[in-house]
Amino acid sequence: MLELKHIDKTYNAGTVNEHELFHDFNLSIGEGEFVSVVGSNGSGKTSMLNVICGSIDIEKGSVLINGTDITNQKDFQRHRRIGRVFQDPAKGTCPSMNIVENLSIADNKGRRFGLSRGINRQRIDFYRETLAALGLGLENKMDIPVGSLSGGQRQALALIMATLTPIEFLILDEHTAALDPKTAELIMELTDRIVKEKKITTIMVTHNLRYAVSYGSRMLMMHQGNIILDKSGEEKEKLQVDDILNLFNEISIEVGN
Amino acid sequence: MSLFLSVLEQGMIYAIMGLGVYITYKILDFPDLTVDGSFPLGASIAAAMISRDMNPLLAVFVSFFAGAIVGICTGVIHVKFKVRDLLAGIIMMTALYTVHIRTSGRANLPIYGKATIFDNAIVNRVFSGALAPYATVVIIFIITMLSKYLLDWYLSTKSGFMLRAVGDNETIVTSTGLDKGMIKIIGLSISNALVTMSGCIYAQQQRFYDASMGPGTVVIGLASVIIGLSLFKKISFMRVTSSVVIGSILYKACVALAIKAGLPSTDLKMITAILFLVILIVTMDRKKKRISADQYFDGGDGKTGGNLPAGAAGGDQPAGNEAAEGGAPNA
Repeated sequence: MLELKHIDKTYNAGTVNEHELFHDFNLSIGEGEFVSVVGSNGSGKTSMLNVICGSIDIEKGSVLINGTDITNQKDFQRHRRIGRVFQDPAKGTCPSMNIVENLSIADNKGRRFGLSRGINRQRIDFYRETLAALGLGLENKMDIPVGSLSGGQRQALALIMATLTPIEFLILDEHTAALDPKTAELIMELTDRIVKEKKITTIMVTHNLRYAVSYGSRMLMMHQGNIILDKSGEEKEKLQVDDILNLFNEISIEVGN
Repeated sequence: MSLFLSVLEQGMIYAIMGLGVYITYKILDFPDLTVDGSFPLGASIAAAMISRDMNPLLAVFVSFFAGAIVGICTGVIHVKFKVRDLLAGIIMMTALYTVHIRTSGRANLPIYGKATIFDNAIVNRVFSGALAPYATVVIIFIITMLSKYLLDWYLSTKSGFMLRAVGDNETIVTSTGLDKGMIKIIGLSISNALVTMSGCIYAQQQRFYDASMGPGTVVIGLASVIIGLSLFKKISFMRVTSSVVIGSILYKACVALAIKAGLPSTDLKMITAILFLVILIVTMDRKKKRISADQYFDGGDGKTGGNLPAGAAGGDQPAGNEAAEGGAPNA
Protein backbone atom coordinates (compact mmCIF):
# COMPACT_ATOMS: atom_id res chain seq x y z
CA MET A 1 0.00 0.00 0.00
CA LEU A 2 1.43 3.32 -1.10
CA GLU A 3 -0.11 6.60 -0.06
CA LEU A 4 0.64 10.16 -1.10
CA LYS A 5 -1.14 12.55 1.25
CA HIS A 6 -1.73 16.28 0.76
CA ILE A 7 1.40 16.76 -1.36
CA ASP A 8 2.36 20.35 -2.27
CA LYS A 9 5.15 20.85 -4.77
CA THR A 10 6.19 24.19 -6.24
CA TYR A 11 9.01 24.57 -8.74
CA ASN A 12 11.23 27.68 -8.70
CA ALA A 13 9.53 29.02 -5.57
CA GLY A 14 10.05 32.73 -5.06
CA THR A 15 11.05 33.48 -8.64
CA VAL A 16 9.08 34.79 -11.63
CA ASN A 17 9.05 31.23 -12.95
CA GLU A 18 7.25 29.96 -9.86
CA HIS A 19 5.03 27.08 -10.84
CA GLU A 20 2.83 25.20 -8.43
CA LEU A 21 2.51 21.69 -9.79
CA PHE A 22 0.89 19.79 -6.93
CA HIS A 23 -1.57 21.34 -4.55
CA ASP A 24 -3.09 18.95 -2.03
CA PHE A 25 -2.30 15.97 -4.25
CA ASN A 26 -3.57 12.64 -2.97
CA LEU A 27 -3.11 9.15 -4.29
CA SER A 28 -3.39 5.70 -2.84
CA ILE A 29 -2.23 2.54 -4.55
CA GLY A 30 -3.23 -0.82 -3.15
CA GLU A 31 -1.21 -4.00 -2.75
CA GLY A 32 -0.67 -5.81 -6.05
CA GLU A 33 -2.08 -3.09 -8.30
CA PHE A 34 -0.45 -2.45 -11.68
CA VAL A 35 -1.13 1.22 -12.36
CA SER A 36 -0.41 2.80 -15.72
CA VAL A 37 -0.15 6.57 -15.78
CA VAL A 38 -0.63 8.74 -18.87
CA GLY A 39 -0.72 12.48 -19.37
CA SER A 40 0.82 15.24 -21.45
CA ASN A 41 4.26 16.66 -20.79
CA GLY A 42 4.39 18.74 -17.65
CA SER A 43 1.31 17.03 -16.22
CA GLY A 44 3.33 15.82 -13.25
CA LYS A 45 3.78 12.12 -14.02
CA THR A 46 7.53 12.03 -13.59
CA SER A 47 7.34 14.49 -10.69
CA MET A 48 4.96 12.10 -8.96
CA LEU A 49 7.45 9.23 -9.37
CA ASN A 50 10.23 11.49 -8.10
CA VAL A 51 8.14 12.38 -5.05
CA ILE A 52 7.59 8.69 -4.33
CA CYS A 53 11.28 7.85 -4.78
CA GLY A 54 12.50 10.90 -2.87
CA SER A 55 14.42 12.26 -5.85
CA ILE A 56 12.85 15.71 -5.33
CA ASP A 57 11.82 17.54 -2.16
CA ILE A 58 8.23 18.48 -1.42
CA GLU A 59 6.95 21.48 0.53
CA LYS A 60 4.10 19.75 2.29
CA GLY A 61 2.49 16.36 2.65
CA SER A 62 3.65 12.86 3.36
CA VAL A 63 4.54 9.62 1.58
CA LEU A 64 3.60 6.36 3.26
CA ILE A 65 4.48 2.79 2.39
CA ASN A 66 2.35 0.18 4.17
CA GLY A 67 1.56 2.72 6.84
CA THR A 68 5.18 3.77 7.52
CA ASP A 69 5.94 7.41 6.87
CA ILE A 70 8.97 7.58 4.56
CA THR A 71 8.76 11.32 3.81
CA ASN A 72 11.99 12.03 5.66
CA GLN A 73 13.92 9.12 4.20
CA LYS A 74 16.62 9.87 1.64
CA ASP A 75 16.25 8.54 -1.91
CA PHE A 76 18.75 5.70 -1.45
CA GLN A 77 16.99 4.54 1.73
CA ARG A 78 13.64 4.42 -0.06
CA HIS A 79 15.13 2.45 -2.92
CA ARG A 80 15.73 -0.46 -0.56
CA ARG A 81 12.05 -1.31 -1.01
CA ILE A 82 11.58 0.22 -4.46
CA GLY A 83 12.90 -0.92 -7.84
CA ARG A 84 13.04 1.61 -10.65
CA VAL A 85 13.58 1.35 -14.39
CA PHE A 86 14.30 4.55 -16.31
CA GLN A 87 13.62 5.73 -19.82
CA ASP A 88 17.34 5.80 -20.62
CA PRO A 89 18.57 2.18 -20.76
CA ALA A 90 22.03 3.39 -19.67
CA LYS A 91 20.68 4.40 -16.26
CA GLY A 92 19.76 0.92 -15.11
CA THR A 93 23.10 -0.83 -15.64
CA CYS A 94 26.83 -0.24 -15.21
CA PRO A 95 28.32 -0.01 -18.72
CA SER A 96 31.92 -0.96 -17.92
CA MET A 97 30.97 -3.98 -15.81
CA ASN A 98 29.87 -7.27 -17.32
CA ILE A 99 26.45 -8.89 -17.02
CA VAL A 100 27.39 -11.19 -14.16
CA GLU A 101 28.89 -8.30 -12.19
CA ASN A 102 25.80 -6.18 -12.82
CA LEU A 103 23.48 -8.97 -11.71
CA SER A 104 25.64 -9.62 -8.64
CA ILE A 105 25.24 -6.01 -7.55
CA ALA A 106 21.46 -6.18 -8.03
CA ASP A 107 21.33 -9.56 -6.29
CA ASN A 108 22.99 -8.16 -3.18
CA LYS A 109 20.56 -5.27 -2.79
CA GLY A 110 19.44 -4.86 0.79
CA ARG A 111 22.44 -6.76 2.11
CA ARG A 112 25.86 -5.56 3.21
CA PHE A 113 28.40 -4.58 0.56
CA GLY A 114 31.44 -5.67 2.51
CA LEU A 115 34.71 -7.33 1.67
CA SER A 116 33.37 -10.70 0.59
CA ARG A 117 33.75 -11.73 -3.04
CA GLY A 118 31.67 -9.61 -5.38
CA ILE A 119 30.42 -12.50 -7.49
CA ASN A 120 28.66 -15.40 -5.83
CA ARG A 121 29.60 -18.33 -8.08
CA GLN A 122 26.71 -20.44 -6.85
CA ARG A 123 24.28 -17.93 -8.31
CA ILE A 124 25.72 -17.94 -11.83
CA ASP A 125 23.55 -20.84 -13.00
CA PHE A 126 20.50 -19.01 -11.70
CA TYR A 127 21.56 -15.86 -13.58
CA ARG A 128 22.04 -17.89 -16.75
CA GLU A 129 18.56 -19.42 -16.49
CA THR A 130 16.99 -16.03 -15.81
CA LEU A 131 18.70 -14.54 -18.85
CA ALA A 132 17.89 -17.52 -21.05
CA ALA A 133 14.21 -17.03 -20.27
CA LEU A 134 14.40 -13.63 -21.97
CA GLY A 135 15.24 -15.21 -25.31
CA LEU A 136 17.69 -12.42 -26.15
CA GLY A 137 20.81 -14.56 -26.14
CA LEU A 138 22.20 -12.70 -23.15
CA GLU A 139 23.06 -15.96 -21.40
CA ASN A 140 25.95 -16.37 -23.84
CA LYS A 141 27.29 -12.88 -23.24
CA MET A 142 27.60 -13.02 -19.48
CA ASP A 143 31.21 -11.83 -19.37
CA ILE A 144 31.11 -8.96 -21.83
CA PRO A 145 30.70 -5.34 -20.66
CA VAL A 146 27.08 -4.22 -20.58
CA GLY A 147 28.07 -1.03 -22.44
CA SER A 148 28.42 -3.03 -25.63
CA LEU A 149 24.87 -4.40 -25.52
CA SER A 150 22.03 -2.82 -27.49
CA GLY A 151 19.52 -0.50 -25.82
CA GLY A 152 16.84 -3.17 -25.73
CA GLN A 153 19.14 -5.78 -24.24
CA ARG A 154 20.25 -3.31 -21.62
CA GLN A 155 16.71 -2.34 -20.74
CA ALA A 156 15.78 -6.02 -20.37
CA LEU A 157 18.77 -6.46 -18.08
CA ALA A 158 17.81 -3.31 -16.14
CA LEU A 159 14.33 -4.72 -15.64
CA ILE A 160 15.71 -8.05 -14.42
CA MET A 161 18.09 -6.21 -12.08
CA ALA A 162 15.37 -3.99 -10.63
CA THR A 163 13.22 -7.00 -9.77
CA LEU A 164 15.89 -9.55 -8.82
CA THR A 165 15.47 -9.07 -5.07
CA PRO A 166 12.07 -8.92 -3.38
CA ILE A 167 10.85 -5.33 -3.64
CA GLU A 168 7.57 -3.76 -2.55
CA PHE A 169 7.20 -1.39 -5.50
CA LEU A 170 8.30 -1.31 -9.07
CA ILE A 171 8.49 2.12 -10.69
CA LEU A 172 8.66 2.22 -14.48
CA ASP A 173 9.49 5.66 -15.79
CA GLU A 174 8.62 5.54 -19.53
CA HIS A 175 10.86 2.52 -19.72
CA THR A 176 9.95 1.61 -23.31
CA ALA A 177 10.10 5.14 -24.74
CA ALA A 178 13.71 5.01 -25.96
CA LEU A 179 13.34 1.66 -27.70
CA ASP A 180 12.30 0.73 -31.22
CA PRO A 181 8.68 -0.52 -31.51
CA LYS A 182 9.58 -4.19 -31.68
CA THR A 183 11.93 -4.05 -28.73
CA ALA A 184 9.47 -1.90 -26.79
CA GLU A 185 6.84 -4.60 -27.32
CA LEU A 186 9.23 -7.25 -26.07
CA ILE A 187 10.17 -5.26 -22.96
CA MET A 188 6.50 -4.55 -22.25
CA GLU A 189 5.61 -8.24 -22.44
CA LEU A 190 8.56 -9.07 -20.21
CA THR A 191 7.42 -6.41 -17.74
CA ASP A 192 3.93 -7.84 -17.62
CA ARG A 193 5.30 -11.34 -17.08
CA ILE A 194 7.59 -10.29 -14.23
CA VAL A 195 4.94 -8.18 -12.53
CA LYS A 196 2.43 -11.04 -12.66
CA GLU A 197 4.93 -13.70 -11.61
CA LYS A 198 6.30 -11.77 -8.67
CA LYS A 199 3.04 -9.96 -7.86
CA ILE A 200 4.81 -6.62 -7.46
CA THR A 201 2.81 -3.44 -6.97
CA THR A 202 3.76 -1.43 -10.05
CA ILE A 203 3.44 2.13 -11.29
CA MET A 204 4.18 2.62 -14.97
CA VAL A 205 4.36 6.02 -16.61
CA THR A 206 4.00 5.77 -20.36
CA HIS A 207 3.23 7.84 -23.44
CA ASN A 208 2.07 4.77 -25.27
CA LEU A 209 -1.72 4.81 -24.84
CA ARG A 210 -2.04 1.30 -26.16
CA TYR A 211 0.24 -0.04 -23.42
CA ALA A 212 -1.64 1.99 -20.84
CA VAL A 213 -4.93 0.49 -21.98
CA SER A 214 -3.89 -3.12 -22.52
CA TYR A 215 -1.59 -3.60 -19.52
CA GLY A 216 -2.23 -3.10 -15.86
CA SER A 217 -5.20 -3.24 -13.54
CA ARG A 218 -5.73 0.51 -13.11
CA MET A 219 -5.18 3.58 -15.22
CA LEU A 220 -4.60 7.17 -14.20
CA MET A 221 -4.57 10.21 -16.44
CA MET A 222 -2.86 13.30 -15.13
CA HIS A 223 -3.21 16.91 -16.14
CA GLN A 224 -1.56 19.96 -14.57
CA GLY A 225 -0.77 18.16 -11.35
CA ASN A 226 -4.22 16.59 -10.94
CA ILE A 227 -5.58 13.14 -11.59
CA ILE A 228 -8.42 13.67 -14.06
CA LEU A 229 -9.15 10.03 -14.81
CA ASP A 230 -8.87 7.05 -12.51
CA LYS A 231 -10.26 3.75 -13.78
CA SER A 232 -9.78 0.29 -12.39
CA GLY A 233 -11.37 -3.13 -12.57
CA GLU A 234 -14.10 -3.56 -15.13
CA GLU A 235 -14.13 0.11 -16.06
CA LYS A 236 -10.47 -0.16 -16.96
CA GLU A 237 -11.13 -3.30 -19.04
CA LYS A 238 -13.65 -1.41 -21.13
CA LEU A 239 -11.36 1.54 -21.85
CA GLN A 240 -10.29 2.05 -25.44
CA VAL A 241 -7.37 3.98 -26.84
CA ASP A 242 -9.83 6.30 -28.60
CA ASP A 243 -11.53 7.23 -25.31
CA ILE A 244 -8.26 8.46 -23.91
CA LEU A 245 -7.30 10.20 -27.13
CA ASN A 246 -10.60 12.10 -27.04
CA LEU A 247 -9.96 13.11 -23.47
CA PHE A 248 -6.49 14.29 -24.46
CA ASN A 249 -8.00 16.45 -27.19
CA GLU A 250 -10.56 17.94 -24.82
CA ILE A 251 -7.82 18.97 -22.42
CA SER A 252 -5.82 20.50 -25.23
CA ILE A 253 -8.80 22.62 -26.30
CA GLU A 254 -9.32 23.78 -22.73
CA VAL A 255 -5.73 24.89 -22.46
CA GLY A 256 -6.02 26.54 -25.83
CA ASN A 257 -3.54 24.46 -27.80
CA MET B 1 72.72 0.23 -15.42
CA SER B 2 72.29 2.58 -12.50
CA LEU B 3 70.02 4.75 -14.65
CA PHE B 4 67.93 1.69 -15.47
CA LEU B 5 67.69 0.76 -11.81
CA SER B 6 66.72 4.25 -10.74
CA VAL B 7 64.02 4.40 -13.44
CA LEU B 8 62.62 1.10 -12.17
CA GLU B 9 62.80 2.22 -8.54
CA GLN B 10 61.15 5.60 -9.06
CA GLY B 11 58.73 4.25 -11.64
CA MET B 12 57.43 1.64 -9.23
CA ILE B 13 57.23 4.09 -6.30
CA TYR B 14 55.23 6.47 -8.45
CA ALA B 15 53.17 3.50 -9.64
CA ILE B 16 51.65 3.21 -6.15
CA MET B 17 50.61 6.86 -6.48
CA GLY B 18 49.39 6.05 -10.00
CA LEU B 19 47.14 3.32 -8.60
CA GLY B 20 45.60 5.94 -6.32
CA VAL B 21 45.07 8.33 -9.22
CA TYR B 22 43.58 5.45 -11.21
CA ILE B 23 40.88 5.06 -8.54
CA THR B 24 39.87 8.72 -8.63
CA TYR B 25 40.42 9.55 -12.29
CA LYS B 26 39.28 6.37 -14.01
CA ILE B 27 36.97 4.65 -11.55
CA LEU B 28 35.34 7.61 -9.78
CA ASP B 29 35.71 10.06 -12.69
CA PHE B 30 36.91 12.58 -10.10
CA PRO B 31 39.95 14.72 -11.05
CA ASP B 32 41.48 14.77 -7.58
CA LEU B 33 44.13 17.47 -7.11
CA THR B 34 44.49 16.53 -3.43
CA VAL B 35 47.26 14.25 -4.71
CA ASP B 36 49.63 17.24 -5.03
CA GLY B 37 49.30 17.69 -1.29
CA SER B 38 49.00 14.14 -0.03
CA PHE B 39 52.16 12.93 -1.82
CA PRO B 40 54.49 15.41 -0.02
CA LEU B 41 52.51 14.77 3.17
CA GLY B 42 53.71 11.18 3.01
CA ALA B 43 57.25 12.39 2.41
CA SER B 44 57.11 14.76 5.37
CA ILE B 45 55.73 12.02 7.64
CA ALA B 46 58.63 9.82 6.59
CA ALA B 47 61.18 12.57 7.21
CA ALA B 48 59.67 13.62 10.53
CA MET B 49 59.53 10.07 11.90
CA ILE B 50 62.79 8.77 10.52
CA SER B 51 64.79 11.84 11.59
CA ARG B 52 63.61 10.95 15.11
CA ASP B 53 64.89 7.39 14.61
CA MET B 54 61.44 5.86 14.54
CA ASN B 55 60.69 2.63 12.69
CA PRO B 56 60.67 3.35 8.93
CA LEU B 57 58.05 0.67 8.27
CA LEU B 58 55.81 2.29 10.88
CA ALA B 59 56.14 5.53 8.90
CA VAL B 60 54.70 3.72 5.87
CA PHE B 61 51.64 2.62 7.85
CA VAL B 62 51.21 6.02 9.51
CA SER B 63 51.32 7.76 6.14
CA PHE B 64 48.81 5.27 4.70
CA PHE B 65 46.30 6.11 7.43
CA ALA B 66 47.06 9.84 7.29
CA GLY B 67 46.33 9.69 3.56
CA ALA B 68 43.08 7.86 4.21
CA ILE B 69 42.00 10.71 6.51
CA VAL B 70 43.04 13.30 3.91
CA GLY B 71 40.90 11.49 1.32
CA ILE B 72 37.94 11.45 3.69
CA CYS B 73 38.33 15.25 4.12
CA THR B 74 38.31 15.82 0.34
CA GLY B 75 35.30 13.53 0.09
CA VAL B 76 33.36 15.27 2.83
CA ILE B 77 34.08 18.70 1.30
CA HIS B 78 32.81 17.45 -2.05
CA VAL B 79 29.92 15.25 -0.96
CA LYS B 80 28.55 16.88 2.18
CA PHE B 81 29.31 20.54 1.41
CA LYS B 82 28.65 20.08 -2.32
CA VAL B 83 31.88 21.79 -3.43
CA ARG B 84 32.84 20.90 -7.01
CA ASP B 85 35.36 18.08 -7.36
CA LEU B 86 38.22 20.21 -8.73
CA LEU B 87 37.71 22.90 -6.09
CA ALA B 88 37.53 20.36 -3.26
CA GLY B 89 40.91 19.05 -4.41
CA ILE B 90 42.42 22.53 -4.72
CA ILE B 91 41.27 23.45 -1.21
CA MET B 92 42.80 20.31 0.27
CA MET B 93 46.00 20.65 -1.77
CA THR B 94 46.51 24.20 -0.52
CA ALA B 95 45.71 23.35 3.08
CA LEU B 96 47.99 20.31 3.00
CA TYR B 97 50.96 22.49 1.99
CA THR B 98 50.89 23.93 5.49
CA VAL B 99 50.22 20.53 7.02
CA HIS B 100 53.23 18.83 5.50
CA ILE B 101 55.59 21.71 6.29
CA ARG B 102 54.33 21.66 9.88
CA THR B 103 54.68 17.88 10.08
CA SER B 104 58.37 17.96 9.19
CA GLY B 105 58.90 21.30 10.95
CA ARG B 106 60.62 22.90 7.94
CA ALA B 107 60.44 23.10 4.17
CA ASN B 108 63.35 20.74 3.63
CA LEU B 109 64.42 17.85 5.81
CA PRO B 110 67.14 15.38 4.79
CA ILE B 111 67.32 11.96 6.44
CA TYR B 112 70.79 10.82 5.39
CA GLY B 113 72.40 8.13 7.49
CA LYS B 114 69.14 7.07 9.14
CA ALA B 115 67.54 3.65 8.88
CA THR B 116 64.90 3.43 6.14
CA ILE B 117 62.92 0.51 4.74
CA PHE B 118 65.69 0.21 2.11
CA ASP B 119 68.63 0.59 4.41
CA ASN B 120 68.52 -1.11 7.79
CA ALA B 121 70.21 -3.97 9.58
CA ILE B 122 67.92 -6.70 8.22
CA VAL B 123 67.98 -5.54 4.60
CA ASN B 124 71.74 -5.11 4.67
CA ARG B 125 72.18 -8.65 5.97
CA VAL B 126 69.95 -10.18 3.28
CA PHE B 127 71.33 -8.10 0.41
CA SER B 128 75.06 -8.23 1.05
CA GLY B 129 77.95 -8.02 -1.36
CA ALA B 130 77.04 -8.09 -5.05
CA LEU B 131 73.30 -8.04 -4.27
CA ALA B 132 73.46 -4.73 -2.41
CA PRO B 133 72.63 -2.44 -5.38
CA TYR B 134 69.44 -4.39 -6.01
CA ALA B 135 68.03 -4.18 -2.49
CA THR B 136 65.99 -1.04 -3.14
CA VAL B 137 64.47 -2.19 -6.40
CA VAL B 138 63.49 -5.58 -4.95
CA ILE B 139 61.86 -4.05 -1.88
CA ILE B 140 59.96 -1.53 -3.99
CA PHE B 141 58.86 -4.31 -6.32
CA ILE B 142 57.42 -6.23 -3.37
CA ILE B 143 55.57 -3.20 -1.96
CA THR B 144 54.21 -2.16 -5.34
CA MET B 145 53.01 -5.66 -6.21
CA LEU B 146 51.44 -5.97 -2.77
CA SER B 147 49.58 -2.70 -3.30
CA LYS B 148 48.52 -3.77 -6.77
CA TYR B 149 47.20 -7.16 -5.67
CA LEU B 150 45.44 -5.66 -2.66
CA LEU B 151 43.71 -3.15 -4.93
CA ASP B 152 42.82 -5.92 -7.42
CA TRP B 153 41.37 -7.93 -4.57
CA TYR B 154 39.41 -4.96 -3.20
CA LEU B 155 37.92 -4.18 -6.60
CA SER B 156 36.60 -7.74 -6.81
CA THR B 157 34.77 -7.53 -3.49
CA LYS B 158 31.20 -6.34 -3.05
CA SER B 159 32.42 -3.03 -1.66
CA GLY B 160 34.79 -2.72 -4.64
CA PHE B 161 31.93 -3.44 -7.03
CA MET B 162 30.05 -0.47 -5.63
CA LEU B 163 33.14 1.72 -6.03
CA ARG B 164 33.30 0.73 -9.70
CA ALA B 165 29.55 1.25 -10.06
CA VAL B 166 29.53 4.77 -8.59
CA GLY B 167 31.91 6.06 -11.25
CA ASP B 168 30.12 4.14 -13.96
CA ASN B 169 26.52 5.03 -13.16
CA GLU B 170 25.60 6.76 -9.91
CA THR B 171 21.92 5.94 -10.37
CA ILE B 172 22.62 2.23 -9.91
CA VAL B 173 24.15 2.87 -6.51
CA THR B 174 21.08 4.79 -5.37
CA SER B 175 18.82 2.12 -6.86
CA THR B 176 20.71 -0.50 -4.86
CA GLY B 177 19.83 1.39 -1.71
CA LEU B 178 23.28 2.76 -0.92
CA ASP B 179 24.51 6.30 -0.35
CA LYS B 180 26.62 7.18 -3.38
CA GLY B 181 28.30 10.00 -1.46
CA MET B 182 29.60 7.53 1.11
CA ILE B 183 31.09 5.33 -1.58
CA LYS B 184 32.85 8.29 -3.19
CA ILE B 185 34.35 9.15 0.18
CA ILE B 186 35.61 5.56 0.58
CA GLY B 187 37.16 5.71 -2.91
CA LEU B 188 38.90 9.03 -2.25
CA SER B 189 40.13 7.68 1.04
CA ILE B 190 41.74 4.57 -0.49
CA SER B 191 43.18 6.66 -3.31
CA ASN B 192 44.84 9.20 -1.07
CA ALA B 193 46.06 6.50 1.31
CA LEU B 194 47.98 4.95 -1.61
CA VAL B 195 49.29 8.34 -2.76
CA THR B 196 50.50 9.32 0.70
CA MET B 197 52.13 5.93 1.19
CA SER B 198 53.87 6.39 -2.14
CA GLY B 199 55.18 9.79 -0.97
CA CYS B 200 56.48 8.20 2.21
CA ILE B 201 58.38 5.53 0.29
CA TYR B 202 59.69 8.10 -2.17
CA ALA B 203 61.17 10.19 0.65
CA GLN B 204 62.82 7.09 2.10
CA GLN B 205 64.38 6.24 -1.25
CA GLN B 206 65.48 9.83 -1.96
CA ARG B 207 66.44 10.36 1.69
CA PHE B 208 64.93 13.78 1.95
CA TYR B 209 61.64 15.64 2.12
CA ASP B 210 61.15 18.89 0.26
CA ALA B 211 58.03 21.06 0.27
CA SER B 212 58.34 21.50 -3.48
CA MET B 213 57.85 17.76 -4.11
CA GLY B 214 54.11 18.19 -4.42
CA PRO B 215 53.29 20.22 -7.53
CA GLY B 216 53.11 18.05 -10.62
CA THR B 217 52.46 14.80 -8.78
CA VAL B 218 48.93 14.49 -10.11
CA VAL B 219 50.22 15.06 -13.65
CA ILE B 220 52.69 12.19 -13.25
CA GLY B 221 49.89 10.02 -11.90
CA LEU B 222 47.52 10.87 -14.73
CA ALA B 223 50.26 10.33 -17.30
CA SER B 224 51.02 6.86 -15.86
CA VAL B 225 47.36 5.90 -15.91
CA ILE B 226 46.77 7.14 -19.44
CA ILE B 227 49.96 5.61 -20.90
CA GLY B 228 49.25 2.31 -19.20
CA LEU B 229 45.61 2.09 -20.18
CA SER B 230 46.04 3.15 -23.79
CA LEU B 231 49.08 0.94 -24.45
CA PHE B 232 47.60 -2.21 -23.00
CA LYS B 233 43.88 -1.85 -23.54
CA LYS B 234 43.96 -4.47 -26.29
CA ILE B 235 45.56 -7.06 -24.04
CA SER B 236 42.55 -8.39 -22.24
CA PHE B 237 44.25 -10.80 -19.86
CA MET B 238 46.29 -7.99 -18.34
CA ARG B 239 44.85 -6.33 -15.28
CA VAL B 240 44.32 -2.59 -15.53
CA THR B 241 46.35 -2.12 -12.36
CA SER B 242 49.34 -3.85 -14.00
CA SER B 243 49.01 -1.49 -16.94
CA VAL B 244 49.16 1.48 -14.57
CA VAL B 245 52.37 0.14 -12.96
CA ILE B 246 54.03 -0.35 -16.34
CA GLY B 247 52.73 3.02 -17.53
CA SER B 248 54.36 4.67 -14.56
CA ILE B 249 57.72 3.01 -15.24
CA LEU B 250 57.56 4.01 -18.92
CA TYR B 251 56.75 7.57 -18.01
CA LYS B 252 59.71 7.77 -15.62
CA ALA B 253 61.90 6.31 -18.37
CA CYS B 254 60.81 9.07 -20.78
CA VAL B 255 61.62 11.77 -18.22
CA ALA B 256 64.96 10.13 -17.45
CA LEU B 257 65.83 10.03 -21.16
CA ALA B 258 64.98 13.72 -21.52
CA ILE B 259 67.32 14.56 -18.64
CA LYS B 260 69.94 12.20 -20.03
CA ALA B 261 69.69 13.98 -23.39
CA GLY B 262 71.10 17.08 -21.73
CA LEU B 263 68.17 19.01 -20.32
CA PRO B 264 68.96 20.45 -16.87
CA SER B 265 67.13 18.76 -14.01
CA THR B 266 65.62 22.14 -13.03
CA ASP B 267 63.47 21.78 -16.16
CA LEU B 268 61.86 18.69 -14.69
CA LYS B 269 58.37 20.16 -14.22
CA MET B 270 58.34 21.52 -17.78
CA ILE B 271 59.36 18.10 -19.09
CA THR B 272 56.66 16.50 -16.96
CA ALA B 273 54.01 18.87 -18.29
CA ILE B 274 54.98 18.68 -21.97
CA LEU B 275 55.30 14.92 -21.85
CA PHE B 276 51.81 14.69 -20.37
CA LEU B 277 50.43 16.96 -23.08
CA VAL B 278 52.07 14.84 -25.77
CA ILE B 279 50.61 11.68 -24.22
CA LEU B 280 47.16 13.23 -24.11
CA ILE B 281 47.36 14.25 -27.76
CA VAL B 282 48.77 10.91 -28.90
CA THR B 283 46.26 8.77 -27.02
CA MET B 284 43.34 11.18 -27.61
CA ASP B 285 41.88 10.08 -24.32
CA ARG B 286 39.47 13.01 -24.13
CA LYS B 287 37.99 12.55 -27.58
CA LYS B 288 37.40 8.84 -27.07
CA LYS B 289 35.60 9.58 -23.88
CA ARG B 290 33.11 11.80 -25.66
CA ILE B 291 32.35 9.24 -28.34
CA SER B 292 31.78 6.50 -25.83
CA ALA B 293 29.37 8.74 -23.93
CA ASP B 294 27.32 9.08 -27.09
CA GLN B 295 27.36 5.35 -27.54
CA TYR B 296 25.96 4.93 -24.06
CA PHE B 297 23.00 7.06 -24.99
CA ASP B 298 22.50 5.23 -28.21
CA GLY B 299 22.79 1.90 -26.49
CA GLY B 300 25.64 1.19 -28.92
CA ASP B 301 23.04 0.18 -31.44
CA GLY B 302 22.74 2.42 -34.46
CA LYS B 303 19.47 0.85 -35.51
CA THR B 304 17.61 2.02 -32.43
CA GLY B 305 17.86 5.66 -33.45
CA GLY B 306 16.97 4.98 -37.05
CA ASN B 307 13.81 3.09 -36.29
CA LEU B 308 12.42 5.57 -33.82
CA PRO B 309 10.46 7.86 -36.17
CA ALA B 310 8.55 4.89 -37.59
CA GLY B 311 7.46 3.87 -34.13
CA ALA B 312 6.48 7.34 -33.00
CA ALA B 313 2.85 6.59 -33.80
CA GLY B 314 2.83 4.11 -30.95
CA GLY B 315 3.61 6.94 -28.60
CA ASP B 316 7.39 6.76 -28.35
CA GLN B 317 8.61 9.92 -26.81
CA PRO B 318 10.98 12.20 -28.72
CA ALA B 319 14.03 13.30 -26.78
CA GLY B 320 12.84 16.92 -26.63
CA ASN B 321 9.92 16.06 -24.39
CA GLU B 322 12.15 14.63 -21.76
CA ALA B 323 14.05 17.89 -21.60
CA ALA B 324 10.81 19.82 -21.20
CA GLU B 325 9.55 17.70 -18.38
CA GLY B 326 12.89 17.03 -16.77
CA GLY B 327 13.81 20.70 -16.90
CA ALA B 328 11.60 21.78 -14.06
CA PRO B 329 13.06 19.64 -11.27
CA ASN B 330 16.58 20.70 -12.18
CA ALA B 331 15.85 24.40 -12.08
